[in-house]
Amino acid sequence: MIPILSWLIFIPLIGALALAVLPDDRKDLARGTALVTTILTFGLSIILFSKFNGETFKFQFVEKIPWIEKFGISYHLGVDGISIWLVMLTTFLMVISVWFSRYVNQKVKAYMALLLLLESAMLGVFLSLDLILFFVFFEATLVPMYFLINIWGGERRAYAALKFFLFTAAGSILMLVGMVMLAWIHQQQFGSMTFDLVQLQSSIAQGEFWTGFLHLQAIVFWFFMLAFLVKMPMFPFHTWLPDAHVEAPTAGSIILAGVLLKMGTYGILRFIMPLFPDVIGQFVLPVMILAVIGILYGGIVAAVQPDVKKLVAYSSVAHMGFVVLGIFSLTQTGIQGGAIQQLNHGVSTGALFLMIGLIYERRHTRMFKDFGGLKAQMPIYAMLFLIIMLSSVGLPGTNGFIGEFLALMGAFQAGFAGMNGLTVVLPAIAATGVIVAAVYLLIMFKDMFYGPNNNSENQRLKDIKPWEVAMIAPFIILIFWGGLQPAVFFERMDASLNAARLMATTPAGERPNWSEKAHEISAEGNLVVGEATSFPDIPETHFATEGHH
Amino acid sequence: MRLNPLHTPPSIDWMVVSPVLAVSVGGVLALLLAMFRPKADNTAVIWTSLLALFGAGYALVAQLPLPEASTFGDMVYRDRLGLIAQLLIVISTAVVILFSEQYLRARRIPFSEFYPLALWSSAGAMMMVSTKSLLMVFIGLEVLSIALYVMAGMAKQSNRSEESAIKYFLLGSFASAWLLLGIAYIFGTTGTLNIEAIAGAAVSDNALVRGPLLFGFSLLLIGLLFKAALAPFHQWTPDVYQGAPINVTAFMATVSKAAAVVTLLRVLNHALPLKDFFIPALTVVAMLTMIVGNIAALAQTDVKRLMGYSSIANAGYLLVAILAHVKSPDQVPVTTTLFFLVAYAATTLGLFAILTLAAKDGKEETSFADLNGLYHREPILAVCLAILSFSLIGVPPLAGFLGKFLIFQDAIVAEQLPLAVVLAITSVISIGYYLKVVRATWVDEPQGEISTRSVLPGGAKFAALACTGIVVLLMILQTPVSKFISGSGQPSAPLSASANAQPDR
Repeated sequence: MIPILSWLIFIPLIGALALAVLPDDRKDLARGTALVTTILTFGLSIILFSKFNGETFKFQFVEKIPWIEKFGISYHLGVDGISIWLVMLTTFLMVISVWFSRYVNQKVKAYMALLLLLESAMLGVFLSLDLILFFVFFEATLVPMYFLINIWGGERRAYAALKFFLFTAAGSILMLVGMVMLAWIHQQQFGSMTFDLVQLQSSIAQGEFWTGFLHLQAIVFWFFMLAFLVKMPMFPFHTWLPDAHVEAPTAGSIILAGVLLKMGTYGILRFIMPLFPDVIGQFVLPVMILAVIGILYGGIVAAVQPDVKKLVAYSSVAHMGFVVLGIFSLTQTGIQGGAIQQLNHGVSTGALFLMIGLIYERRHTRMFKDFGGLKAQMPIYAMLFLIIMLSSVGLPGTNGFIGEFLALMGAFQAGFAGMNGLTVVLPAIAATGVIVAAVYLLIMFKDMFYGPNNNSENQRLKDIKPWEVAMIAPFIILIFWGGLQPAVFFERMDASLNAARLMATTPAGERPNWSEKAHEISAEGNLVVGEATSFPDIPETHFATEGHH
Repeated sequence: MRLNPLHTPPSIDWMVVSPVLAVSVGGVLALLLAMFRPKADNTAVIWTSLLALFGAGYALVAQLPLPEASTFGDMVYRDRLGLIAQLLIVISTAVVILFSEQYLRARRIPFSEFYPLALWSSAGAMMMVSTKSLLMVFIGLEVLSIALYVMAGMAKQSNRSEESAIKYFLLGSFASAWLLLGIAYIFGTTGTLNIEAIAGAAVSDNALVRGPLLFGFSLLLIGLLFKAALAPFHQWTPDVYQGAPINVTAFMATVSKAAAVVTLLRVLNHALPLKDFFIPALTVVAMLTMIVGNIAALAQTDVKRLMGYSSIANAGYLLVAILAHVKSPDQVPVTTTLFFLVAYAATTLGLFAILTLAAKDGKEETSFADLNGLYHREPILAVCLAILSFSLIGVPPLAGFLGKFLIFQDAIVAEQLPLAVVLAITSVISIGYYLKVVRATWVDEPQGEISTRSVLPGGAKFAALACTGIVVLLMILQTPVSKFISGSGQPSAPLSASANAQPDR
């Protein structure tokens, strides 16, 4: 079978290179090439999805080629129930971003090439199973985003782009040190370095890895955590986000909110939970406190913003707080909630930025004071905006409800059980964040769509075009689908989420092990040790060449 | 004087000295040729120089599988470290020559003497890295430096160039004097000029031996730290880098730095018993260098000056790699230092090759504003410049990232976490100024008309593209390159810089 994961990563890259050789003046050709490339990638991800087996927590379609053998670094890709959804989200949002970018008129070729490069890097992040490979893609996303903000951004773009780059790079450089420390510990314990996630996790699951190095676990945990906290972003590391969002062009904002922030929460699920089981419990409380502060602070600050985009940016801080709240409850429900909430946030906030982009292209302003009474002027736009806004509020029946509800419920469960020093106080405070969200989002909607329409500029506005409605339609479908039938989503991620939870919470020896054939996760979320033959099949790519170790 | 008939002159292994010979004789030929050729045409001189460098490169590669050897009464020494370092010097010189001619013409200083001077200078650098004799180190250093003093002042009509040459000459001679005095003290205590003797004398309990040895060793280090531009001996660098013609700056930043760093590595490697004395001192030097270089660079508005500070910062990173190696020589190989040097040389040379665009009508403007609009004029070079800047920042998967990653790894293996953390923090600081270069190239639009002067000639374009290619591919091809550098595939001469050969990690 073809190495499908590699193709996912490299198709956008090939598209970007193809764009580079196109003539400068053929803007439509550049747009078309980019759109075709993203649609191809999306199609391929759907094929991947259809062959994906949701019953196993193991990595599927694994590809492994030795890269820097001396240090145990390999080109190692694989997909599981956590990453498959983020891959789908990425390829989907990229199609929309490129589609919307018809509005971009300057340096079209470079713009499209950068978007495609970004897509390659983001997919690489979600598919890498090697720490260094992950870091390569993680950092590589900064470069295209830096240019997108700095060249096509708003007035303070230089400041915002530099801040974005500095904050996220500063956060992740210590993660690199942490990665090297992991490899070094592996060398001390087993005689050889490795950066392979599966290999590291395997020895951690058996409890052989940290023996004698327990004092380092907390340091390395925070080295990793810092990178993810900045990326998410979590209070107090969030200050780069509003700037970056406000200055970024619309497609940049969609991707930033929809995908780039998810790299932080994905990092927690993929690295923090399996790698630091002995210390994660004692850091639940500080991280939860940060999350709750983020939920309230993000919400309150969002409520006083004069700029729609800035409001949505701060609401992201609050929403990502719920994701962390859920995941760090370390309960089955909470982790489910966190994992689904990150997808929902990608859909609803991505859609909100898209809606703001549509109005911005018409009016070149995003200030509340310039709007009002748009509902009569643009009824279809208002209706779509309402649905998306309500999904962001977390109205039952929309996807936003499921995520926030489950995350809060998990946190309450942990609080009532008194796990890891938690009490119900924190989740109770966090729950008020839901109300705050309703306040600022409803005020936003009121200010924009109701009241008198006094501004003569606004009176000339026409409703959005059919192609724009078509562009928004998939978001609406996803919002209701996720709200009414969340089981469809959970079916394919539960095994992996349960595995992540068990890796973080059970004692050594009882932890699920990615490379142990006899391990599987039951439907109830428990570890089953048994004969590999009775387990579901793991789809493979016959591309893996084991190194000559 | 009659020779003692019993004393047979030592047999000379010409193979060992052939690379240095090829380069210096090539320089002489180039100079002779320059005398007979019309001033307007340097083609023959350039080709002679490149041919000499090619010959030297060939001789170096041919010697790679051969065992270690010495000749001229132990004055010249062949080992893998020296061969690889010489190869780097030879290739760097060739790249500098590739982008020199058009630049020198644009600055109206088309002196053909540049080429022989560059060759002799790199011959000096090659001598420095291929010897274990302190006297040879000194001679090599002087040959390297004296030619460089002249080259730095080559742009006679520019005050900055004159200033650069004078400053470099005065401070350089001062540093050479310290170095020489240090060598004298070491000679006084050990009775030999061979570096290997330092280790023997260092374990002596005799205070009369140890005291002067430490003093002499410190002076020797100071001389080398000066050449490698490590804080607090870095003050000359920004002025000299800014004033010298771009191609000379590129030469200084790569050839001169490589020679100093490799010599430092070799000296420290043979003074391991003095570890407790020099590791704390050099740790402070490394931290100081990384901090000073990176912070001072933030305030710069001139790309050449910025590169001066950048080269200081990079010297600091290199020192971290060296320190990790000397702290635990059995676990940390010297390959990291060489790898970082290769990455750094490729990046720096590529950047300077693109900067030669700045020369026009005998002047050159290298402020950030002069890079504006490069995207319109030379889109491919603008991409290259961005890639090179991101490599200097350390964005994966570029060569600069690999270099820093390897250093991190070494520092952690050698349990020097503070150095790794300072390296991490300062390289975040470096984002601030390297991104200015990217911004100037890609974001800020030029004031007024877009100049059309800027068609980069073929040689420079080739140099820039080749360097960018290396920067992009180095990490992907890490395994084969590392095998080439360390020679782990060849049992005859694996890379072993310390006295006891160490297995490849």
